[in-house]
Amino acid sequence: MSFRASSRDVGDVTVIDMEGRITLGEGSALLRDLVKQNVGKGRKKIVMNLAGVNYIDSTGLGELVSGYRLVKAEGGELKLLNLSKKVTDLLQITKLYTVFDIHNQEAQAVASFGH
Amino acid sequence: MPSKPQRIELTMETLIESIALAEEVGVRVAAVAGFGEDDQYKIGLAVHEGVMNAFQYGNQQRRERKIHVVFELHEDKLVIHVVDQGAGFRLEDIPDPRDDENVLGDSGRGVLLMKAFMDEVDVFSSSAGGAVLVMAKRHKP
Repeated sequence: MSFRASSRDVGDVTVIDMEGRITLGEGSALLRDLVKQNVGKGRKKIVMNLAGVNYIDSTGLGELVSGYRLVKAEGGELKLLNLSKKVTDLLQITKLYTVFDIHNQEAQAVASFGH
Repeated sequence: MPSKPQRIELTMETLIESIALAEEVGVRVAAVAGFGEDDQYKIGLAVHEGVMNAFQYGNQQRRERKIHVVFELHEDKLVIHVVDQGAGFRLEDIPDPRDDENVLGDSGRGVLLMKAFMDEVDVFSSSAGGAVLVMAKRHKP
C-alpha cells in the first residue's frame, strides 16, 4: 500500500493521519512536507497518528525525528499516536521510544500538550 | 558432504523501485527457506535497508550502476549478499544512533536495524572497490 496522509485540527492541535508505508521516496517526502506546511501555518502542537502505518524503514524513522526537531525548534511539540507493535519495536531498537511522547488514545494525546 | 546451497541472484538497476522489489524477493525467499512470518518480515526489512544503502550511498542514485543481491539457502541459515558499485564503507565508521549525541541524528539507523534483525552482519570490499554487505539469519533449532 502506498503512503497517504492528511491533517485535521482538533482545537489548537493538528492531527496528521497516516496510512501505508513510510519509506524512502514518496512516503517520507509527503510526511516531511505536511509537517513543514503545518509549522509554516503556525501549528505547533502536532500529533502523528500512525494507526494506518503498516511498515516504516530507517528513512521513515528519520522523518519522524526531523519532524520532531523542526517542531521543537519552533517552540512546539510533536507526539506519536497508535503505534503498531512493529513500529513500536523499531522505536525501541533505535532508542527513539525514549525521545517521543507516545499515546494510544487520541483524546489523551490532544489533552497532553502544555498550555 | 554438505550439498551446495541453492542460490538466487538478482541484478538490478539503481532505482528507488529496486528497494521494494528486493525486499519482496527477500520475503519470498525467506518463506521458501522455511522461516516464519515474523522472520520473513525481519529478513525483508534487512534486505530493504541493505539495498537502500546501496541505492543512496554506494551507487549514489546513479541508475547505470548495478545492485547485486544474492540469496544462499544453507541448511542452517539464509545468507544474503548486497553488492554495490560504490567506494565501499566500514561498519565501524557508522555512528551508533543510540548514543545520546546521535539519537536525534540522521544516520546509522539502517545498519542498526540490520544488526538487530539478522544474526550476522558484516561489510567487505569487492574486487572493484564497492561494498559487499553480507547478512545471515540462522534457522531456530
